[in-house]
Amino acid sequence: MLNIVVCIKQVPDTNEVRLDPKTGTLIREGVPSIMNPDDKAGLEAALRIKDELGAVVRVVSMGPAQADAVLREALAMGADEAYLVSDRAFGGADTWATSSTIAAAVSKLPYDIVFTGRQAIDGDTAQVGPQMAEHLGIPNVSYAEEIRVVGDSLIVKRQFENSYQVVRVKMPCLVTALTELNRPRYMTPGGIFSAYREKQVNVWTRPDVPVDDANIGLKGSPTRVKESFPKALKGKGEVVTLDAEAEADYLVEKLREKFVI
Amino acid sequence: MKSEFSEYKGVYVFVQQVEGVIAPVSFELIGKAKQLAKALNSSVSAVLCGHNVAHLADELGEYGADTVVLIDDPALESYMTEPYAHAMYSAIEFFKPEIVLYGATTIGRDLAPRVSARVHTGLTADCTGLEIDPETDRLLMTRPAFGGNLMATIICPDFRPQMATVRPGVMQKCEREPGRKARVLPFGVKFERNDRYIEILDVIKKMNESADISEAKILVSGGRGMGSKENFRMLYDLAEVLGGRVAASRAAVDAGWADKELQVGQTGKTVRPKLYIAVGISGAIQHMAGMEESEIIIAINRDETAPIFNIADYGVVGDLNKVVPMLTEKIRAMKENA
Repeated sequence: MLNIVVCIKQVPDTNEVRLDPKTGTLIREGVPSIMNPDDKAGLEAALRIKDELGAVVRVVSMGPAQADAVLREALAMGADEAYLVSDRAFGGADTWATSSTIAAAVSKLPYDIVFTGRQAIDGDTAQVGPQMAEHLGIPNVSYAEEIRVVGDSLIVKRQFENSYQVVRVKMPCLVTALTELNRPRYMTPGGIFSAYREKQVNVWTRPDVPVDDANIGLKGSPTRVKESFPKALKGKGEVVTLDAEAEADYLVEKLREKFVI
Repeated sequence: MKSEFSEYKGVYVFVQQVEGVIAPVSFELIGKAKQLAKALNSSVSAVLCGHNVAHLADELGEYGADTVVLIDDPALESYMTEPYAHAMYSAIEFFKPEIVLYGATTIGRDLAPRVSARVHTGLTADCTGLEIDPETDRLLMTRPAFGGNLMATIICPDFRPQMATVRPGVMQKCEREPGRKARVLPFGVKFERNDRYIEILDVIKKMNESADISEAKILVSGGRGMGSKENFRMLYDLAEVLGGRVAASRAAVDAGWADKELQVGQTGKTVRPKLYIAVGISGAIQHMAGMEESEIIIAINRDETAPIFNIADYGVVGDLNKVVPMLTEKIRAMKENA
């Protein structure tokens, strides 16, 4: 039986994040939290392998106590076990420290395949997956669009510049998933019941994770945010409201002025 | 702190080549690296990995590299994470660069994090701005955060090299200087197959006639306001008379009206064409993050409060179904009369 670990992150729905026009700061109030879409595709890929071949699917998330919600969602979709890696000591981590922490947590679990999403929509870095694979000493295949298990290996079709690569990678390995991989299933009523009443989310705090103090949290992060600021937009140009014909003439004239035509 | 890092010198660029063709972003990075090297009173090295690729060194020299570190080995014939990570790791351990830059492509975003974990140094993803802090000589790496809603400047104070991936299409390459030579340093790396190696079974070209939109000089881009896939036809007509290409916003791609390859914005491509015509695009921050550096921006939208008008050089408030076909006809008539 295969053992699969899926790493998931709870993220704010960045499509809903808006800037306060006066202060230029993020308005996070009322912004819903969701399971990161690429991670959800990784979970669905794991559940399909479980449906087809049989597997134990374990989900791992690092985050605050509220991240319990995405782990319950994963259990309700069909994951077997859930682990929340949560401690103040892990807070403020950049991708390097995050990947070393989660890799250490994952190393306590049996795994043939580790799935992560390609990237989280609140950070967009796409770094934690490949960095985890390096910490675990296993190969990674990123940007997976199709995946199947063949013997002791996976055959993965991955996005690759302006083409696709089809590769064979030996398990154990790590795969970063794209939303293009599949359409994730919905939770079932029975699954939801089971996720909240029968299954549990195991919480791992600092002592449960075998990782050096130098490699976690803010102190273990090579990068620092020096400052953040609202994006400066370029100046406004002219806006005209005319009838359609006159507007087309206006644009033709501007294109001529600028020697485009 | 500075003296501790005194042995780390030079601005290095990972040169991305696939089948002997160097990706444009590599030249853009060399252009940026030259500015950084000047501020640091240092030099630019291009790290060229592949098999039988020595001839590409000339081009790198003409675009501004002072040195080409050439790692030429059959193990590097096609891009695979492990041998490329080993090559970059070996070069970094030996040459001890102060800064290493990668393109934020599917290759660069696969390779750079693996290298950062192996070297144990920081990596800043998808930068849109890089400069040297004149007081500390540190690299200031600026990138969009929270889906492009905020910009963040990142530093890597206590580890070297300072590493970043950089969005294609953001930095300017240098003017090519024919005959300018780089010093070529062949660098031998020993490759041993291990469990981290994968096997490439096949490479499938995408069936896509549209060349990379980030290379286009003129883009005609459609958004939610287009209303349907059929309506995109008028954008192709306009793009054709202008000699440009069609692009799309995320909303249009999500609606299935345009291919993902054509998507401009935070989760799509960054473009900086000479002319960007935004049709039926309201101007979500995520979209503007990918096109606001365009030289001329024209917006056509029925909603006069659409944010796109805040960055457009020329905006018309009106019905795109009327304005776009008329514009196309007028340009076509003009060209025929010319």
